[in-house]
Amino acid sequence: MRKAQLNIGLVLVGLVILAGVLSLLWTPYDPIRVTSNRLLPPGWPHLLGTDGMGIDIASRLLIGARYCLIVGVISVGVAAVVGVPLGMLAGMRGGWLDELTMRVADIVYAFPALLLAMLLAAAFGASTGTAMAAIGIATIPAFARIARAGTLQVVASDFVLAAKAAGTSRWGIAARHVFPNIAPLVGVQASVGFAMAILAEAALSYLGLGTPRPTPTWGAMLRDAQDVWYTQPVQALWPGLSIALAVLGFNLLGDGMRDVLDPRLREVK
Amino acid sequence: MALRIAQKLGVFALSLIGASVLIFLITNALPGNVAHVLLGTDATPDAVAELEAQLGLDRPIALRYLEWISGIASGDFGTSPLSGDPVLALITPRVGVTAWLVALGICGSLIIALPLGMLAALKRRKWQGLAISAAAQFGMAIPVFWCGIIFALVFAVWLRVLPPNGYVPLTEDPAEWLRHLVLPVLTLALVQSAVLIRYVRSAFIEVLHEDYYRTARAIGWTPLRALLRHGVRNAAISLVTVVGLQLSSSLVGAIVVEQVYNLHGLGSLLLDKVAERDLVVVQGTVMLLVLAVLLINLLVDLSYQLIDPRQRGRQQ
Repeated sequence: MRKAQLNIGLVLVGLVILAGVLSLLWTPYDPIRVTSNRLLPPGWPHLLGTDGMGIDIASRLLIGARYCLIVGVISVGVAAVVGVPLGMLAGMRGGWLDELTMRVADIVYAFPALLLAMLLAAAFGASTGTAMAAIGIATIPAFARIARAGTLQVVASDFVLAAKAAGTSRWGIAARHVFPNIAPLVGVQASVGFAMAILAEAALSYLGLGTPRPTPTWGAMLRDAQDVWYTQPVQALWPGLSIALAVLGFNLLGDGMRDVLDPRLREVK
Repeated sequence: MALRIAQKLGVFALSLIGASVLIFLITNALPGNVAHVLLGTDATPDAVAELEAQLGLDRPIALRYLEWISGIASGDFGTSPLSGDPVLALITPRVGVTAWLVALGICGSLIIALPLGMLAALKRRKWQGLAISAAAQFGMAIPVFWCGIIFALVFAVWLRVLPPNGYVPLTEDPAEWLRHLVLPVLTLALVQSAVLIRYVRSAFIEVLHEDYYRTARAIGWTPLRALLRHGVRNAAISLVTVVGLQLSSSLVGAIVVEQVYNLHGLGSLLLDKVAERDLVVVQGTVMLLVLAVLLINLLVDLSYQLIDPRQRGRQQ
């Protein structure tokens, strides 16, 4: 059962990565050029049909996978690179620094990514960059909290005490003992964070706050599908299903990793 | 008790100040301010400087922040330099839609998630429990706007039983108000409840391991009676936190759902103003929404004292 979760997650995530990489090399049709074959139903040669501008939907879905991965990798990557050291520092130093970091994390946590994205889009104009920045900043607190909680546990252990007694520096303890021990936790958080980033990116591009047209993103494709739902309702199916399966994949991967890493959580989760 | 409340109020005030600084910095400290937006990209630097002076944008940023924040404290959220409308006059007619959507959405998600989560906990090793968990896992992956589009397709486009979009105020026609809100609220509630079910399940599984539950079962109570009599109040402590956190995601969900069903609430106001790059209205509206989120988080924090008698005892 537990293994199944991890495996399904791996397969789904693998499919998204495959689609994203494939889109770099090949798509069945030009994903941007407008043609006269408008609103074709699924069939041959357009497997999933064409949209209101005569563009092949399967090609657009492949490109969409690439953009969801780019936004996910960069926003989650930035959040981890900023959040993990902050959390480790807060956990190792304690005192006012810890208090301050966690209070700031609470403030950012109460600030929804969507509102942040709106502020950034109002100030700079909407783009892939503002979407990634908003999702990244909003994800920092989750990484900082996980890293701090893990660090507190590690710091209290005997082997850190031994390392301190042997005269290992703070940096040495952080690099050799704390980080390797919290890395699995960070990995789990990254997978779950990735799922949330995909959902957030889709919502932002649906609202017109993400990657601008004509670049196809899954969210923007759903927006287009809404314009033709009386004539071609099936168009709303593909991008939505892609988002749901990608998010499900990263969530299952995260949960599966957590179960493998921490047997104590198996009962509750 | 008084000390704890004062402490919570202090955290609330600090969070409010922190959030307002963040909002103000993003919309003011960066290039591309109001003057640039008003004059367009090909404006001469002289014209920009002149307009900045006119709008008071050439003064120190700290001073402008203080003016803005003291205005908000006295109920003045600023005036749009683009349309000349006071921000509050733009917000007021829109609050109703969004507030109803969020409030009914959260109630709906509780109505769905509490019984299902409890059932999933009681039957966690049987097929019912596994099915509920699997459904919740899939529900968490569904984007709220996709769920909304599917509902609109099924109930409005195919079955034609409910309107696909639009809003009628409660005071105008209560029956139509309800008809127009059913789909948006159901959409929001269903997606929110997926997350909630997992928390409810975990909270009740913890209760199942407690001594008081085992004692209740030992004296012959049914699992359901024991859970309802002792479990609900104990699980409520952790659930209140989750519902508090859900609020901010419900608000975000409501903004997206408004767009699906073309409801003119705060979300559509924000999106319109972001497209016009009306920074004053955007920062005012975002500030109001963040204020609402922080205020409800504060109420959640304070409500622990009411739910959990042990908290009241911990005075020292």
